[in-house]
Amino acid sequence: MSEEKNDIQNENVNKPEKKVSQGRRDALKAMVAVPVLGAMAYGVYQKKKTELNNRNAAEMFRFKSDMAAYTPTNSDAPVLRLGIIGFGIRGKLLMQALGFATPAYVEDLKEQERKDSENTRYRDFLAQEDLRIEITAVCDIFDVYGEDAVKAGSNIYREGKNGRYGREPKRYLHYKELLAAPDVDAVVIAAPDHWHGTMAMDAIKAGKHVYVEKPMTWTVPETYALRTVVKENPHLVFQLGHQNRQIEAYERARQIIEKGLLGKITLIETGTNRNDPNGAWVYPIHEKASRDTIDWKQFEGDPERIKEYMDYMTSAGVTKYVGPESRDKFSLERFFRWRCWWDYSTGLSGDLLTHEYDAMNQILNLGIPSSASSSGGVYFFKDGRTVPDVLQTVFEYRDKDLTMFYSATLANQFKRTRKIMGHDATMEVGNTLTVTVDPRSEQYHKKIEDGIIKPGEPFYTYVPGQSVDAVSSATERYFLERGLLYSFIDGKRYNTTFLHLKEWIDCIRNGKQPSCGIDQGFEEAISAHMGTRAYLEGRTMYWDKDKELITRE
Amino acid sequence: MKQVFQYSKLQLYFLFTLRVFIGWYFLYEGLAKVFTPNWTAYGYLIDSKGIFAPFFVQLAENPTMISVVNFINIWGLTLVGLSLISGLFNKAGYIGAILFLLMFYLSHPPLLYAKYILPTEGSYLWIDKNLIMLVAIVVLMLFPTSRIIGFDSLLVRKKKS
Repeated sequence: MSEEKNDIQNENVNKPEKKVSQGRRDALKAMVAVPVLGAMAYGVYQKKKTELNNRNAAEMFRFKSDMAAYTPTNSDAPVLRLGIIGFGIRGKLLMQALGFATPAYVEDLKEQERKDSENTRYRDFLAQEDLRIEITAVCDIFDVYGEDAVKAGSNIYREGKNGRYGREPKRYLHYKELLAAPDVDAVVIAAPDHWHGTMAMDAIKAGKHVYVEKPMTWTVPETYALRTVVKENPHLVFQLGHQNRQIEAYERARQIIEKGLLGKITLIETGTNRNDPNGAWVYPIHEKASRDTIDWKQFEGDPERIKEYMDYMTSAGVTKYVGPESRDKFSLERFFRWRCWWDYSTGLSGDLLTHEYDAMNQILNLGIPSSASSSGGVYFFKDGRTVPDVLQTVFEYRDKDLTMFYSATLANQFKRTRKIMGHDATMEVGNTLTVTVDPRSEQYHKKIEDGIIKPGEPFYTYVPGQSVDAVSSATERYFLERGLLYSFIDGKRYNTTFLHLKEWIDCIRNGKQPSCGIDQGFEEAISAHMGTRAYLEGRTMYWDKDKELITRE
Repeated sequence: MKQVFQYSKLQLYFLFTLRVFIGWYFLYEGLAKVFTPNWTAYGYLIDSKGIFAPFFVQLAENPTMISVVNFINIWGLTLVGLSLISGLFNKAGYIGAILFLLMFYLSHPPLLYAKYILPTEGSYLWIDKNLIMLVAIVVLMLFPTSRIIGFDSLLVRKKKS
């Protein structure tokens, strides 16, 4: 510093005789900062005051706890031996969530990372926690899928091609052989809908824990039967594959409603919008698929189930929805795109309404509706399918004084949010939550008058993964809208399918009950069946609570 | 570079005003973060673009690094602001300001095809306000004022006596 001493001086330097007053003047000049800082302090104080007001208004939206903290799997936990039934689109995703993927898939992830260094899917997959499981058995009735499942099961180091692999799981050609295997403790079922209930029952009877994809059942009678079998075997853990149960925001939504912050809820609006062939179940047909590589006989279904299905279709006078092709006629379309035909599928009700319903059941404990009405039709995909591509289903909950409305189209993907509408506020539910206060709210009347709450504008936003609960900032909303937070949530820490499978495995190890067990599954299945029957029969279906029966009046 | 600065009054006042305004900007950026509970640079860093983006994203994703980054941002911005306004330790303040602005610029360069999630309030190509402010600070360094108007003048005086 010393050599700079004389560097910087102003014109006053030339007047040394005024040294004392010069010092004072310098000090004064140094003090110029004081009013500036004062102005800043005043500004900050005023801003804080406004924010504090807003915060007080948001105070009622503060909550103490969220979901239980994530507990990693013990490194010395006993290894659980799993069997996988079905290695199609969903089966592959489930196995990936468990940490097992085909070498080809891992290569694909690596390639994605090479092309785009910001793509973290490969890293996330490697970093995914080891759940201490072994895939000992796999079953798929299409040879290519079955062999892929073997490769995935042996890929214990999550390697690409030419890597080190572990022991190969045994491939079974029939699911019953897999269930008979002694080295299988638990099974993951991702077969087509018409097999869900049957396989789940057979698995429980064979003493295996069960994770079965939604919807829980294909026919109504098997729904009761499965519930009985599961209830008779309380030592076996049953989980239905509604991974939405793991979404943190839903837990918060439940708390908000429990606190009465929305006021009396009378209407719930949900829906599905998709607009591509894949979303409409027009899946690609595998080039190696043929009579020789597919066990069509097994695909057809369980005879008892088929009888239940045909009995209902006949008695209800809706046989026009059966077929149109004969069940024993081999068809690649029907094999790969089975969701398009009632003969195997549960349509929009089973595939997509169930997601919406289960989310709302999780948040609001809806239970089974007192009635269901549906309408819709095949309006866009006129490819010979029997299930509708446009569907509206209305569930009435008379004892709760509310309606849940479901509206779907497979030929438009406009973004519609789920809305829970209360007298005082509306909550939009997705991976994030937004609460908008109603202008005519009575609960918030005073706060609206005081200008603390601006009705009609999002008042509260909950973004999982962030500890701040406050009035949402533009930044946060921006992140939401562009899906950045979603990918963060859906990334390593928040892969909901992984969490849902993990919950099931944890429950097997600890003897606890998972979040989407048989009671929730029963409610889901019956609700979906009521919606389906209402559509097929073109009339309202009712639920007789005491007799536990779906009735027509 | 030994040089005696002889500013006209107008020159001095506007150099001073520029210094205080930039200081004000830094100070409020810092204070706003001080008063935001759990403020984090995560979102900003994760939205980085350009050749340095992987570095900034890594900072964001490392729990230790992000807490260091947050601390430096919150208190660094505040201190830089105080330094520029008060004219105390101005040189350090300028260097701090330049480092901050350089980091802001490198993490969010206004490239031809870069699309940021956080909206900008203007339209930029290669040159943005961070870079302009950075250059303004370099100019301020070359035309210092803190020993004329600012606490640094008292330091100089003390040393002299």
